[in-house]
Amino acid sequence: MIHLSSTPAKIELCHVTHLYVTPTSAFMAVKGIDLRVEEGEFICLVGPSGCGKTTLLSLIAGLERPTAGKVLIDGKEVTGTTRRVGYMLQHDYLFSWRNIEDNVLLGLEIQGMKNAENIEYALYLLEEMGLGEFRKAYPGQLSGGMRQRVALVRTLACQPDVLLLDEPFSALDYQTKLKLEDLIIATLRKHKKTAILVTHDLSEAVAMGDRLFVLERNPGRIRKEVIVPEPIRQALPLHARNEVGFTQLFREVWKEMEGDTVENS
Amino acid sequence: MKTVDTEQIYRDYVRSQTRQRWFVFGAQIGLFALFLAIWEWTARMGWINVLIFSYPSKVWSLFWEKLLDGSLLPHIFATVLETIVGFLLGTIFGTLVAILIWWSPFLSRVLDPYLVIANSMPKVALGPLFIVGLGPGLLSIIGMACSVSIIITTLVVYTSFKEVDQNYIKVVRTFGASKRQMFSLVILPATMPTIISTLKVNVGLSWIGVIVGEFLVSKQGLGYLIVYGFQVFNFTLVMVSLVVVAVVATLMYQAVAYLERKLTNQFK
Repeated sequence: MIHLSSTPAKIELCHVTHLYVTPTSAFMAVKGIDLRVEEGEFICLVGPSGCGKTTLLSLIAGLERPTAGKVLIDGKEVTGTTRRVGYMLQHDYLFSWRNIEDNVLLGLEIQGMKNAENIEYALYLLEEMGLGEFRKAYPGQLSGGMRQRVALVRTLACQPDVLLLDEPFSALDYQTKLKLEDLIIATLRKHKKTAILVTHDLSEAVAMGDRLFVLERNPGRIRKEVIVPEPIRQALPLHARNEVGFTQLFREVWKEMEGDTVENS
Repeated sequence: MKTVDTEQIYRDYVRSQTRQRWFVFGAQIGLFALFLAIWEWTARMGWINVLIFSYPSKVWSLFWEKLLDGSLLPHIFATVLETIVGFLLGTIFGTLVAILIWWSPFLSRVLDPYLVIANSMPKVALGPLFIVGLGPGLLSIIGMACSVSIIITTLVVYTSFKEVDQNYIKVVRTFGASKRQMFSLVILPATMPTIISTLKVNVGLSWIGVIVGEFLVSKQGLGYLIVYGFQVFNFTLVMVSLVVVAVVATLMYQAVAYLERKLTNQFK
């Protein structure tokens, strides 16, 4: 599973263990995770709830420091949040008191990067997502799918190399979700971003990812790595679902997940 | 089959709504007129003690007299000034303390029991201390008005700070926001509606502080007029003061309510 390579990976986790401590107990969220993601790859983390998927994203984003082990980006240890990593949450969490344009520029504003060039890029992205005419609208006036697209623009406007996606489609209806999957994959490919997607939707994981990691819980650890074959990888998620071998792969991952449930129940 | 005339149905609806509003308004006016009439009538018939309860026409004529000879306005002005200053200071300092304890969880824990005690304490009981400390004048009245609203403002605003969805904080943290940015970009705008609605409560609280303060200081103001009228047994003067307090306090409350609507429009 660990590829030996002299060049530093885009993202690398070395024996990462993380504990959450509360007054009543200490809970091990993830244990001994080794993970290597190359530049431009799209990785999916799947597994039952409580297997530490979100914890891993928080660690990579630098929102938390691992209890043991190291998280590296471009060979450098992550010690806090950086501009190179963008994070997208399950819900859009747009600020209701800001209009769409101001929401999109939030990250740039925080990072003190709000110059003409970056603003233009952000507005270009907004245009690209088909939201140009809603620049002055407020989030309350937009539908769920549109809001999640705005959240994507907000993340991409800071031009991160790495994108962390924490179940960003789970709150959307099925049709919107499929469209947004295609849009995200197309956008990430075009802008050559590295991405890690957390999801519990197996078909989404197989359709979107280049590689999948099936996690198991108590404590969270990697159970199996699945490499998605080339034709499914190349196709956009909506078409990937029709590719030969998709169903078979889906079943394979399904079985892995089931194994975990059987063992633990 | 008859076609459904949407326009007609809408017009009928609007008309019935308008009619209903007028009925409510008419009933409100009627109730007030009835109250005044019964008060006036029972007083003139000698069924209630005129010395204690006075009666509307007498209250009205005294009001005109005091207004025209210029002896009423300074009292109104003094009270309104004290109330506005007291309520602004109470709101501003209360919010500042809330910001301080949000900033430092350590301080928040340390101050917690003190806040609980300060909140349980009836603030008007501190009146004598204010008079001794700040002198028998404007300052101690403002001090009282301020003390009545400051602690409750701190508690309400601090609670609303804590109730802001942590995921909004997470969004700005992923962009690398400092604590100061977290506050100015998320916490403050998200809780603005709560802060403004505490203004409304604080107007009422400040009136309590000011009137009690004027009772104690007894120099000028509507509270002073009430106490003075009571001492010289001129209850018509007491009634005039009460009516003026009711009108001015309502106007002030409406002004804040208007401000609230203006400022929180975009949050919906």
